[in-house]
Amino acid sequence: MALIVDLAAQGAQMIVVLALAPLLLGFTRSVKARLLRRRGPSILQPYRDLLRLLRKEVVLADNASWLFRTAPYAIFAATWVAAALVPTFATGLMFSWSADLIAITALLGSARFFLALAGMDVGTSFGGIGSSREAMFASLAEPAMIMIVFIVSLIAGSTQLSVVAAHMLSHLELRVSIGLALIGLVIVAIAENGRIPVDNPATHLELTMVHEAMVLEYSGRHLAVIELAAALKLLMYLSLIACIFFPWGLAPYGAGPRDMAFGAVAYAIKLAVGGFFLALFETSTAKMRVFRVPEFLGAALMLGLLGTLLLFVSRSL
Amino acid sequence: MGNLSFDIAHLFAGGLVLVSFMLLYQDRMSGLINIFTLHAVVLSLSVGWQAYTQRAWHLFVTAAIALIFKALIIPLSLRRIMVRLRIHRTVEIIGGVGVTMLVGIGLVALSMVVMLRATAAADPLAREDLAFALSVVLLGLLMMVTRRNAVSQVIGFMSLENGLILAAAGAKGMPLVVEISVAFSVLIAFIVIGVFLFRIRERFDTVDVHQLDQFRGEYR
Amino acid sequence: MSIMVVLWSVGALLATSVLAVAMTGRIAASRIVYALCCGVCLLLLGAGVTHLGAVAETAALPLGLPWVGAHFRLDALSAFFLTVINLTGAAASFYAIGYGAHEQHPSRVLPFFPAFLAGMNLVIVADDAFSFLVAWEFMSLSSWALVLAHHHVAENRRAGFVYLTMASFGTLALLMAFGLIAAPSGYAFAAIRAATHSPWKPGLVLALTLLGAGSKAGLVPLHIWLPLAHPAAPSHVSALMSGVMTKVAVYGFVRIVFDLLGPPAWWWSLVVLSLGGVTAVMGVLYALMQHDLKRLLAYHSVENIGIIFIGLGLALAFEAYAMPSAAALSLTAGLLHVFNHSVFKSLLFFGAGAVLTSTGERDMEHLGGLIHRMPQTAFAFLVGCIAISALPPFNGFVSEWLTFQAILLSPQLSSWGLKFLVPAVGGLLALSAALAAACFVKAFGVTFLGRPRSEAAERGRETDRFSLAAMFVFAALCLVAGIAPGLFIDALAPVVKSLVGDRMPAQLGIEWLSIVPIAESRSSYNGLLVFVFIVFSALVAAQIIHRFGSHALRRGPAWDCGYPDPSPATQYTASSFAQPIRRILGGVAFGARERVDMPAPGDARAARLDITIRDRAWDVLYTPIARGVEFGADQLNQLHFLTIRGYLSLVFVALVGLLFVVAAWP
Repeated sequence: MALIVDLAAQGAQMIVVLALAPLLLGFTRSVKARLLRRRGPSILQPYRDLLRLLRKEVVLADNASWLFRTAPYAIFAATWVAAALVPTFATGLMFSWSADLIAITALLGSARFFLALAGMDVGTSFGGIGSSREAMFASLAEPAMIMIVFIVSLIAGSTQLSVVAAHMLSHLELRVSIGLALIGLVIVAIAENGRIPVDNPATHLELTMVHEAMVLEYSGRHLAVIELAAALKLLMYLSLIACIFFPWGLAPYGAGPRDMAFGAVAYAIKLAVGGFFLALFETSTAKMRVFRVPEFLGAALMLGLLGTLLLFVSRSL
Repeated sequence: MGNLSFDIAHLFAGGLVLVSFMLLYQDRMSGLINIFTLHAVVLSLSVGWQAYTQRAWHLFVTAAIALIFKALIIPLSLRRIMVRLRIHRTVEIIGGVGVTMLVGIGLVALSMVVMLRATAAADPLAREDLAFALSVVLLGLLMMVTRRNAVSQVIGFMSLENGLILAAAGAKGMPLVVEISVAFSVLIAFIVIGVFLFRIRERFDTVDVHQLDQFRGEYR
Repeated sequence: MSIMVVLWSVGALLATSVLAVAMTGRIAASRIVYALCCGVCLLLLGAGVTHLGAVAETAALPLGLPWVGAHFRLDALSAFFLTVINLTGAAASFYAIGYGAHEQHPSRVLPFFPAFLAGMNLVIVADDAFSFLVAWEFMSLSSWALVLAHHHVAENRRAGFVYLTMASFGTLALLMAFGLIAAPSGYAFAAIRAATHSPWKPGLVLALTLLGAGSKAGLVPLHIWLPLAHPAAPSHVSALMSGVMTKVAVYGFVRIVFDLLGPPAWWWSLVVLSLGGVTAVMGVLYALMQHDLKRLLAYHSVENIGIIFIGLGLALAFEAYAMPSAAALSLTAGLLHVFNHSVFKSLLFFGAGAVLTSTGERDMEHLGGLIHRMPQTAFAFLVGCIAISALPPFNGFVSEWLTFQAILLSPQLSSWGLKFLVPAVGGLLALSAALAAACFVKAFGVTFLGRPRSEAAERGRETDRFSLAAMFVFAALCLVAGIAPGLFIDALAPVVKSLVGDRMPAQLGIEWLSIVPIAESRSSYNGLLVFVFIVFSALVAAQIIHRFGSHALRRGPAWDCGYPDPSPATQYTASSFAQPIRRILGGVAFGARERVDMPAPGDARAARLDITIRDRAWDVLYTPIARGVEFGADQLNQLHFLTIRGYLSLVFVALVGLLFVVAAWP
């Protein structure tokens, strides 16, 4: 019986993240439009886009291989699993023990690996440019992420997100390192999701585009799946930030339906706040040149290193 | 409460190190001055918190001096100098931001190893403050070494001096006189350097110290 | 008696070598020899696996030095490395049954291949310094002969020369190391273990071992021979050299430092960790800059050796501070990576060999689009790429994850230097993992994806059955070791326990095949669930979309923003893929310079972009040494032109000098 409840909670989380991801995207877009004094599309527009893409036929390049056709599903699956493993409204879900923060980072790495390969499959110059730049960003973002993981695990004594969230709730500490980790994680999240100032998700036909260049050859249902995966990734990073740094309201393991409902409301509020700040940040800054991005990400890496150092000091006094 | 006060002191002192890194990273002249202002504000907050926790009221004077001189007067006059010298939009070429930052992190690690080893008997707060102070001093020195522009070297020097004040505030019993003298000596140094900047500028039409070296016949 | 099985098998390998010489020129020779090798390796593999947890066995043969004899011993550590070597050995032999048919001069490969295998196996079971060194040198020389199999290429001759020099240097260092720790009662390992050393000796021995074993393993800056020699050999030999011979070097290091040398001093780990971290990052950066597929793989071995040494260094650190369970975790991580790397690196070299025989090209800039012509090879190679990039749910991730977990224990160390060094090494490890993923996106993307860049790539055909079978077995092993790592961790437990006195908690009893290095509240990973989860979600998504969405599909020309160019030269190449990373890291790492020669408008000359990349180890270390040697040789050269009286006085002075030394000796 307990197994069934656990499974149901885990399944609910998977469906929740999947259902909320386009909404978050739509919300962010509409806030952004409002900030620019535009009316903007409805916040349900991403759902409509996805449905329309799903119903369209796929136009496949002549020399696309089986990898090109299977990659969208692999990308989607890896991202979905990663998003489902981050606590959203409750901690200690059934499968949350199967991967810790390092494994979640690596799962996103798997998704990126396939995306970069798919970009190179058709053999066009745009796909290659996107893949090679994505590889450059990732090679700096991943170490930065690992340094953040170090900080978190040094503070909480665990890389298990549920335990981290519980620790953060019970031991409120003012630490420079936590601030450094938060800034670093925000930088990594912006870079990984291809948001301004690293990449512009709304553009095409610019030499600076990265994510859009990789998926240029995709159409129809393949494109829909990849777009959904991108939305999931954004949601996942917001959940991650919320879970580590703002864990208030998370329902603990074995909580009743009331706590779960409360957790869900808190989660929705956190997502809305996160989406709002993302939109605010994006409208207040400009996209940087591609070769400024390494400095931007390098800053995250340095913050991570510095945070680890500071933590060592305060831990060993 | 004891834990919280330690946390806040840690926050301010660590923040000072972080702002030193921002100084190291910034390549624009106006941004540099803004961050230096922030540096001074964080310093005065840190010293103020020390004054409050140590019940050492003379430290409030130090904090006030830091706030008034370093966060108000010096940045404002630096800004004036900058405008008069017409270098306010200068982007300075720093040889490899990444390498400089890595060296900086290495320096922080080094100063922590040295300080925490040397002060094993002192109380945690003082130890930590001393370690952070040494890092700030070393980072200031690093900034002076890596910059070419005389104005940014001045800023590097003053951030170094901020580190000294942090150390003085952390080490209990440092008399006020020392602090005031340090603060004033820096002010005087600043005035002297300011005057010199104009002299240099008048004579050589640039404040890039590299050109000075050339004039002296060094480097080619 | 497993040890006797091992010794007889080694004898059988040597006999196969002789047989290969006898059968020179026969068509069937290659198949027979490789089939025999495969059989013997399987036998040795069985001996290794069954002996993993058993008590040590010894044997002595009346060979070698008179009155001493040759001692052999099979303990848990030897059994583990025996397993690693012969697993790859068997697969490489099986692969070569098909691949060997393409060999132009089989007589240059066949006799040396079994000898090489025999040499590696002998190193593992040797139980005295003399037989260890003899076996080590035998292994080096037989692999040197294999490197020179294609000696008509000038580049390979140079590789052979550099390899021979470095191998001799390494053996010399090991010889001196053994000379230092030799016990008064002799050179047998048992005697060395029992002896006590004066305090300055172990540090010196560590340095010499790092030089000797490190040069064979490819630690930076002793790696320079490796990317030259490994690609020069035929591909199945490259797989053995890269996947296994580097591991024999790791074995040498572990045997001497963990087993023979006694308790470690605290600073040893500083040296090993820094070397490991630098090796990991530099190795993968070099690999990323290559466009020769096999050389890329060889450079990448350098990275993995770095990761293994990070694990070993952590184990030394924890052992020095008496934290046996943490030491067990780190050592398990390192040894598991030994196994994992031997599997996926061999798989990748097999794939590169298949590409080489099918197209005749090693240069990625002339390949492309092979996924259409060699779909099965492409699939196996892809699995290897994912595994080596440390991505879940494959095996490379498990060992790196364990290494990270060990790094996260480092705050408990009480040395300040280590406290700061270990997180930095963790950053380097993460950097190298991320760069490895970039490197293998490039390797797979440029070789197998896109459009063919040359006619040779267009004509490629799928490789033979034997090669494919070997690749698929290893691809499956990559997955199995990724989703059931507990099995392998538990198998390593006796090895680790014999070296650091503790073991990781048993993993097989944990539900759902999870692995839990320390405690569940700290960290856990479940490859099986992650794998099932991914497959399940992908299938569900595909099912739902095909059911409710459209499943229509139309082929058309590539879109490419409306400007597709028919020429395959417009694709991204291997060097252009690496350009962003070269630009941000290349300047520091190897002084990369780009020179653009752009003709003025109206000038019909082609524009040129020259990229120079220097291996700094050559500039800083080897060029001065070479120059010094040359200078010394020039000076000594004058001795050729002395008068008789001059020669006589030289002999006289030498004699008197020697007598003085004897007189002055206490």
